[in-house]
Amino acid sequence: MQVQEDAVSSAEEQDKWLADAMALVQHNAFYMHRAVDASNLRDALKYSAQMLSELRTSKLSPQKYYELYMRTFDELRQLETFFKEETKRGRTNADLYELVQHSGNILPRLYLLITVGSVYIKSQEAPAKDILKDLVEMSRGVQQPIRGLFLRSYLSQISRDKLPDVGSPYEGEGGNVMDAVEFVLQNFTEMNKLWVRMQHQGPAREKEKREKERSELRDLVGKNLHVLSQLDGVDLEMYKDVVLPRVLEQIVNCKDEIAQYYLMDCIIQVFPDDFHLQTLETLLSACPQLQPTVDIKTVMSQLMERLSRYAAASPEVLPEFLQVEAFTKFSHAVVEVIEAQPDMALVGAVSLYVALLTFVLRVHVDRLDYVDQVLGGCVKKLEGKGKVKDVKATKQLVALLSAPLEKYKDVVTILKLSNYGKVMEHLDYDTNRVMAVVLMQSILANNTLITAPEKVDGLFDLLKELIQDSEGAPSIDELDEEDFKEEQNLVARLVHMLVNDDNEQMFQILIAARKQFGQGGPKRLPFTLPPLVFAALKLVRSLQNEDLPDDGPVSLKKVFQFLHQTVEALSVVPAPELALRLYLQCAEAAGVCNLEPVAYEFFTQAFMIYEEEIADSKAQVTALQLIIGTLQRTRVFGVENRDTLTHKATGYSAKLLKKPDQCRAVYACSHLFWVEEGSGVKDGERVLLCLKRALRIANAAQQMSSATRGSNGPMTLFVEILNKYLYYFEKGNTQVTSTIIQGLLELIVTEIQSENTTQDMQVDAFLANTLRYIQFQKHKGDSVAERYSDIKVPS
Amino acid sequence: MVLVLALGDLHIPHRAADLPAKFKSMLVPGKIQHILSPGNLCIKEVHDYLKSLCSDVQITRGEYDEDTHYPETKQLIIGAFKLGICHGHQVEPWGDLDSLAMLQRQLDVDILITGHTHQFKAYKHEGGVIINPGSATGAYSSITYDVNPSFVLMDIDGLRVVVYVYELVDGEVKVDKIDFKKPQ
Repeated sequence: MQVQEDAVSSAEEQDKWLADAMALVQHNAFYMHRAVDASNLRDALKYSAQMLSELRTSKLSPQKYYELYMRTFDELRQLETFFKEETKRGRTNADLYELVQHSGNILPRLYLLITVGSVYIKSQEAPAKDILKDLVEMSRGVQQPIRGLFLRSYLSQISRDKLPDVGSPYEGEGGNVMDAVEFVLQNFTEMNKLWVRMQHQGPAREKEKREKERSELRDLVGKNLHVLSQLDGVDLEMYKDVVLPRVLEQIVNCKDEIAQYYLMDCIIQVFPDDFHLQTLETLLSACPQLQPTVDIKTVMSQLMERLSRYAAASPEVLPEFLQVEAFTKFSHAVVEVIEAQPDMALVGAVSLYVALLTFVLRVHVDRLDYVDQVLGGCVKKLEGKGKVKDVKATKQLVALLSAPLEKYKDVVTILKLSNYGKVMEHLDYDTNRVMAVVLMQSILANNTLITAPEKVDGLFDLLKELIQDSEGAPSIDELDEEDFKEEQNLVARLVHMLVNDDNEQMFQILIAARKQFGQGGPKRLPFTLPPLVFAALKLVRSLQNEDLPDDGPVSLKKVFQFLHQTVEALSVVPAPELALRLYLQCAEAAGVCNLEPVAYEFFTQAFMIYEEEIADSKAQVTALQLIIGTLQRTRVFGVENRDTLTHKATGYSAKLLKKPDQCRAVYACSHLFWVEEGSGVKDGERVLLCLKRALRIANAAQQMSSATRGSNGPMTLFVEILNKYLYYFEKGNTQVTSTIIQGLLELIVTEIQSENTTQDMQVDAFLANTLRYIQFQKHKGDSVAERYSDIKVPS
Repeated sequence: MVLVLALGDLHIPHRAADLPAKFKSMLVPGKIQHILSPGNLCIKEVHDYLKSLCSDVQITRGEYDEDTHYPETKQLIIGAFKLGICHGHQVEPWGDLDSLAMLQRQLDVDILITGHTHQFKAYKHEGGVIINPGSATGAYSSITYDVNPSFVLMDIDGLRVVVYVYELVDGEVKVDKIDFKKPQ
C-alpha cells in the first residue's frame, strides 16, 4: 500500500513541479522578450539564463523534463534570431560566443553557447568543424544523465543542418565529412555513456523504474546514428572503415544489455541494406561479444529478415549475396550465438533457425543443400532431447517444417531434404500427426505425383506416425475416432498419387506401399488396402495387352498373387464384406484375362466368406446380388466350373431368410443361364425353372401372409416375375410362351381385385405400367409385336 | 426452371482421390436446387461436400458406401416429373436397359437415375428416361474400360427436361445436351 501511495503522489508531484517550472520559464521568457525587443543584450542574456536554470532540476521524470525542454527550445529559437540580428548590428560572433560564457551555471551557459554557436557556424566566420568540436567537448561539463542527454540532444538538433557534409556550404574551409562524422560519433559516444550510467544510479529496488525511464530516452541516443546515415559523404567505404567499427566498439564496450540490444537494432534499421551486406562479417562478429542476456537472436532475425526482403525486392543483388557468402556467415553466426548463450531456451534456438531458413528460402531458393543444412543444424541442437514438450518451441518447429513446404509446394522436393524427417521425429505425437496431415493435404491440393518406389518409402517414412503404431505412441483407442478416420482416408486418397506409367515401376510402387501399410494393424488395413487393390486392378488392365513372361519383374500372374494376398489380409482383419467385394472384383478381372483357375479361386474365396462370415440378412442380400452380378458377367469358365458356381449361387438364393428376398434372388439367378452377348449360354429351360421356382416362393409368401395377417400380401413379387417373363419372351426364350404369360397376367389381375389382397398403390401403378408396356409392344409393328399378338391385355 | 445435379460412383477414397479440379470449380453452391446421387460416394466427407453445394441431397445406397442407412431406392417429385434413384447393382444383369426399364415401371417414375456401370447413358423408352451420370471421378470399373469423369445437370421446366452431360475428355470439359418432353 505504501509503495502505491508513493507512486500516486509522485505523479501528482511531477505535474506540480512541471507546472511550477513552466510558470517560471514563462515568467523569465517574458522578460527576455522584453529585453530582446529593446535590443538589450545584457538583460536578454540574464533572463534567458534564468529561464534555462529551470532545466537544472533533478526532480522531473524524463517525460516531464522533455516537456520543459521543448518549451525552452521554442524560446531559444527566438533568442537565436535575436543573436543573429545582434551580429548584424555590429556585435561579432566571437564576441557573443565569449559573452555567453559568463553565465553563472554551466547548464544555462552551455545551452546559450550552443545557440550562439548555431549563428556563428551559419555566418561561416569560423570553420564549422572548430566550433562543433568545441561545443561537443564543452558539453562534457554536464555529467548528470538526463540533463546531459537533453543538452547533447539540443546540440545534435541544432547542428544537424550545419555539418560540413559533402556538398554542404560548410564544406571546405569549414571542414569535411570526416569532421562531421567525428563530431557525431563523439556526441553519440558521450550520450551513450550517460545513458548507460542511468542504469546504475539509485537503489536496486527502483531498477524497473529506471529501465523504463531509460527506454523513454533511447531515441535521443539513437538519433545520432540516424544523422550519420543521412550524411551524403558517408559512403560504403566510410561506413565500413570508420563508422561501423567505432559504433560497434562503443556498443560492445559499454557492456549494457539495454543499450546493446537497442543500438544493434538501430544500426540495422537505420543503415541501408547493401551496407549491411558488405559488412556482414563485422556486424555478426560483434554478436557473440555482447552481454549474454541480450536477446541477440531477435537482432539477428531482424537482420536476416531485412536482407531477405532486400533480396526479394531487388533480385539483381542476388549475386552480391553469393559473393559475400552471406549464408555461410549467417550460418556460422547462428551456431556461435547459440553456443555463446548456453542458457538460451530451445524456442530461441529454433526461432533462429527459422529466421535463417526464411532467409535461405528468399535468397537462395534453389539451394536445397542450404535448406538441408539449416535443418541439419537444428537437428544437431535437438539431439538427445527426444520429443519436444515446450509448446512455443514446438510451434517454431512447425514453422521450420512448414516454410519449405509453402515455398516449394511440392512434397517431392521436400523428400530430397535428408534432415526433414529427423526434425519431424522431435515433434510430440499429436503435432507430428498434424504435420503429416499437412504434408498429405499439400500433395492432394497440388496434385503432386510420386513416381518412384524409393520416393514412396521416403514419403511414408515422414508419415510413419499415421501409418503404423510406433513405440511410445498413444494407441489408436486413445485417438479421437473422427480424426483417425479422416487421417486414414487421407492416406487412402494419397495412394492415387503414387503412379508411374511404366508397369514395372508401378508394381514396385505397389509393393513398397503394401509393405508400409502391412504394418498398420487391423484398424488401419480396411482404409489403406482397398485403394491398393484398385490400383493393382488398373495395373492388370495395363498389362492385359502386353505379353509378359510369368517370371519377369512384373506379370499378370504376379499382380494377381499380390491381389490375392492383399485381399486375404483384409479378410483376416476381419473385414468380410469388403473382402468379398474385392474378391469378386479380382475374379472378374481374372476372367477378362482368361485366367480360369485364378478366377475360380477368387470366386471360391468370395463364396467361403459368404458362407462363413456374412450372417446379417441385409448384408447377405447385397452380397448375393454382387455374386450373381459378377458371375453373370464372367465368361471364362468351362461348363463344369460354371455349373458348380451357379449351383452354389442359386442354392444361396433359396436359403435367404425372408421369402421376398429369396424370390428376388432366385429370379435374378435366371440371368446366369442367359447371356445375350456372343456365344454365351442361352439355356431357356433353366431360365424357366428359375422363374417358376420364384413363382412358387411368391405363392408361399402369400400363404404365409394369409396365415399370419389374415389377408394376402400385395402382389408385388408376381408383377416383378411377370416382367421377367416378358423380358425373356422378348429375347426369344422359346420356353417362355405366351400361354404362360397370359396365365400369370390373368392371375395377377384377378388377385389384385380380390378382397383378400392388401391394396397397394405402388403395385397398382406397377401393373398399370406393365400393361401399358405390353400394349406399346403390341402396336410397335415389328417382329416383337408379332410375338405379342397372342397376349391379350385384360381390362 | 429447376436445376437438378445427378452425379455418383465417385468411390472416394478407394478408387479416386477427389473430383477433377475442373468439375469442382464448376460446382458452385447456391445454383442448384436438388442433388440426386445413385450412391458409392463413399465417405462422409463427400456427403458433406454435396450438402455444401445444395441443401437437398438425395442419395441411394451403393455397395461400397460407408453409410449403410441410405435407402435402396428413392422416389421424389420435382415440378411435373416423378424421379427415381437406384444405384443399380441390385438390378441384374448390370447395365441392362430392359431390366432397368422394369425397375422404372415398378417405381412408377418418369426419370430413373442409376449408376454402377460408370458409363454415361441417357436412354429414352416407352416408360420414360433412364439416366446414368457415369462416374464423377472417372473411377475404375470392372464393367467399363477407360472411364471419363462425367456428371449430369438437368434443367426441368414444365413438361420439358434438358439433360446436360459434362464429360472430362483429355483434360477438357465437353458438354452435350439432350431434350426430353413428357407426354401430356
